[in-house]
Amino acid sequence: MNVQLWTYVFVALSFGLYIGIAVWSRAASTNDFYVAGGGVHPLANGMATAADWMSAASFISMAGLISFLGRDGAFYLMGWTGGYVLLALLLAPYLRKFGKFTVPDFIGDRYYSRSARMVAIFCAISVSFVYVCGQMQGAGIVFSRFLEVDITTGVIIGMTIVFFYAVMGGMKGITYTQVAQYCVLIFAYMVPAIFISLMMTGNPIPQLGFGAELTEEYGGGYLLDRLDSLSEELGFATYTAGQRATQDVFFITAALMFGTAGLPHVIIRFFTVPSVRDARKSAAYALVFIAILYTTAPAVAAFAKTNLLNTVNNASYEELPSWFSTWETTQLIQFDDQNGDGRVQYSGDPAINELTVNRDIMVLANPEIAGLPNWVVALVAAGALAAALSTAAGLLLVISTAVSHDLLKRSMMPGISEKQELLFARLAIFVAILIAGYFGINPPGFVAEVVAFAFGLAAASFFPAIVLGIFYRRMNREGAIAGMLSGFLFTAAYIIFFKFVSPESSTPENWWFGISPEGIGTVGTLINAAVALTVCRFSPAPPRDIQNMVEEIRLPGNVPTVPLSHQSH
Amino acid sequence: MRDKHARAYWKANVRILATLLTVWAFISFVCGILLADFLDNFRFGGFKLGFWIAQQGSIYVFVILIIVYVFWMDRLDARYHRDSSVSDPEKETQA
Repeated sequence: MNVQLWTYVFVALSFGLYIGIAVWSRAASTNDFYVAGGGVHPLANGMATAADWMSAASFISMAGLISFLGRDGAFYLMGWTGGYVLLALLLAPYLRKFGKFTVPDFIGDRYYSRSARMVAIFCAISVSFVYVCGQMQGAGIVFSRFLEVDITTGVIIGMTIVFFYAVMGGMKGITYTQVAQYCVLIFAYMVPAIFISLMMTGNPIPQLGFGAELTEEYGGGYLLDRLDSLSEELGFATYTAGQRATQDVFFITAALMFGTAGLPHVIIRFFTVPSVRDARKSAAYALVFIAILYTTAPAVAAFAKTNLLNTVNNASYEELPSWFSTWETTQLIQFDDQNGDGRVQYSGDPAINELTVNRDIMVLANPEIAGLPNWVVALVAAGALAAALSTAAGLLLVISTAVSHDLLKRSMMPGISEKQELLFARLAIFVAILIAGYFGINPPGFVAEVVAFAFGLAAASFFPAIVLGIFYRRMNREGAIAGMLSGFLFTAAYIIFFKFVSPESSTPENWWFGISPEGIGTVGTLINAAVALTVCRFSPAPPRDIQNMVEEIRLPGNVPTVPLSHQSH
Repeated sequence: MRDKHARAYWKANVRILATLLTVWAFISFVCGILLADFLDNFRFGGFKLGFWIAQQGSIYVFVILIIVYVFWMDRLDARYHRDSSVSDPEKETQA
C-alpha cells in the first residue's frame, strides 16, 4: 500500500475515533461545557493536558528547530517543560482550590474589579488567537503534503472536525478527545524515533541512542561526535556547542517557562479535576507524558540532522532518494544548482550553499529520509494532525469561555440563563473557528515562531498577576491592572516592532541588551511585577473579604472542594 | 487557633516551594545555560555533560521535582488534616 492510502486509513480511523468520543460525551450544562463537570480523573487529565499542550509546534517544528539550532535548541526543551514546574508548584493547586471556571474569573474575583476582568479577557483572547493561528497552519502543512489536497481544503477539514467535537462537547468533549489524541500523537512520534534509533545505533530507546555509537553502516563513532564533525566539515556551527549569546538563551528559556505557566488553555485544564490533590497529581502525570516526547525530540533532531547531512551532501541530484522530490514539490526543500555540476553542495557558507531546507519538515520527512515503511510515514501524519487539532480545540474553548462566561455572563449580561450562556458559548466557538481558519489559510509566519510570541505575551500578562494574587495578600486591583497592561503592552510593542514594523533591524546589535523578541517576555514579566508592586504600595489595600479569600485558597486542600454546580454564581 | 494552623501550614508549604524551585533554577539556568560550556568538559558515553543537561537531563529533573512535590504536599496535608476540622471551614460545616 502506498503512503497516501495508508494516510487516508489512519486519518479516517483517528478522526472517526474523535467523532465517536464527541457523540458519547455531549455537554448538557455550562459546568460540563466549561470544566467537563469537574470530575475528570487526574490520569486522564494529565493525558489531556499533555495533548492540549503539545501542539503542532511541539510535534512538527520542535525537533526541526533543534536540529538547526544545536545545543541552543535547549531553550525550547527546558522552557516548555520547566514551565510545568512553575505551573504545578505556583498555580495549579491554588487555582483549583479557588474553584471557578476560568483565568479571567480568578483575576476578576481576586482583584474585585470589572476592569481587571476585562484586561484578563483581552489577554486571554489575544494570546489564544495568536497561538491558534500556528495550529491551523500546522494542520494545513500536514494536509497539503500527506493528503495531497491544497492547504485551504486541508484547513477546512480540520476546522470541521474541531467544530464538531468542540461545539458539541465543550470541555467534556475536548477532554476525552484529547486523551485519544495524546495516544495517537505519542505513538506516532515514538514509532519512527524507535525505528531510526535502532537502525542508526542499535539501541531501541531514542533517549539512549542519542548518546550511543553509530552502527558500522553509518560510519561508527559516537552519534554526537559524528554530527559535530560533519557540521564543521560543511561549514556549519558545531552541533553540541552554544551559538547564541548566553543572556539571550537565558531570557528565551525564562520567557517560555513563565509563558507555559501563564497559558490560559493549560491552566483551565486544572479546573476539571475533582480536588486540589488531584490537580497536583495531574500536573505530575502531564509532565511525565510530555517528557516522553520532549526527551525524544532532541534525539530525533540529532538523528534527522545526521541523516540529512549524510544523504544530501555532495550527492548527485539525479540519484537522490524519492522523498527529496516529493518535498521539493511542496517547496519546503529547494535545490538551486549554482555551479551547475549536478551535485548538491550543502554548506554553512551562503555563497556556495545550494540547498534550502525548511525546518518544519524534519519530523515529517524523517521517516522517509530514514527509509522507513510507508505506514510509519502515514502514522506521523495522523499524529501531527492530532497534535494540531487537540491544541486548537483547547484554545478555541478558552476563547469561547472568555466570551460567553467572562464577558457576557460575568460582565455584561449577568441575567442570562444557563441555556442562553451555553448557546453563546457555542456561537463563540463557531466564530472563533472561522477566524482561526482564515489565519490557517493565510498564515502569518513560521509555526513555532508565532507560537513563541504567544508565550511572551502570556508570560508578561498573566503569570505575575496570578502568582502575586496567591502569594502576596496585599496585592490590590490597581497594582494588578497596571502590571498586566504594562507587561502586555511592552512585550507586544517590542515584538511588533522587530517582527513587523522593522524586521530588517532585528539583529543582536539593535536588541536591548542582546535580548531577542522571543526572549523579551521575560523582561515584560519583570516589568509587570515591578509595576504591580510599586503601584500597589501607593494605593489602598484590598478589602477584608478578598484577603480572607486569599487565606482560604492557601489552606490544606486534600478535602475535595465544593462541587462546582453547588456554587453560588 | 485556626489562624495559627493556617500560618504554620502556609509556612511549611512555602518552604517546600522554595526548596524545589531552587533545584529547578539551579539545574536549568545554572547548569543548563550559564555553566553549560564548562560542564561540556566532562563526558559520559557519547554525551557532553552540559549539552546533555540542557537537552535531556534537566527534563528528568523537572519530572522528579513535581513527583517529590506531590509526595511532600500529600504528607503535609495529611499532617494538618488531623486538625483540619479547625483549619478547614468546609469540613466544619459538614461535621
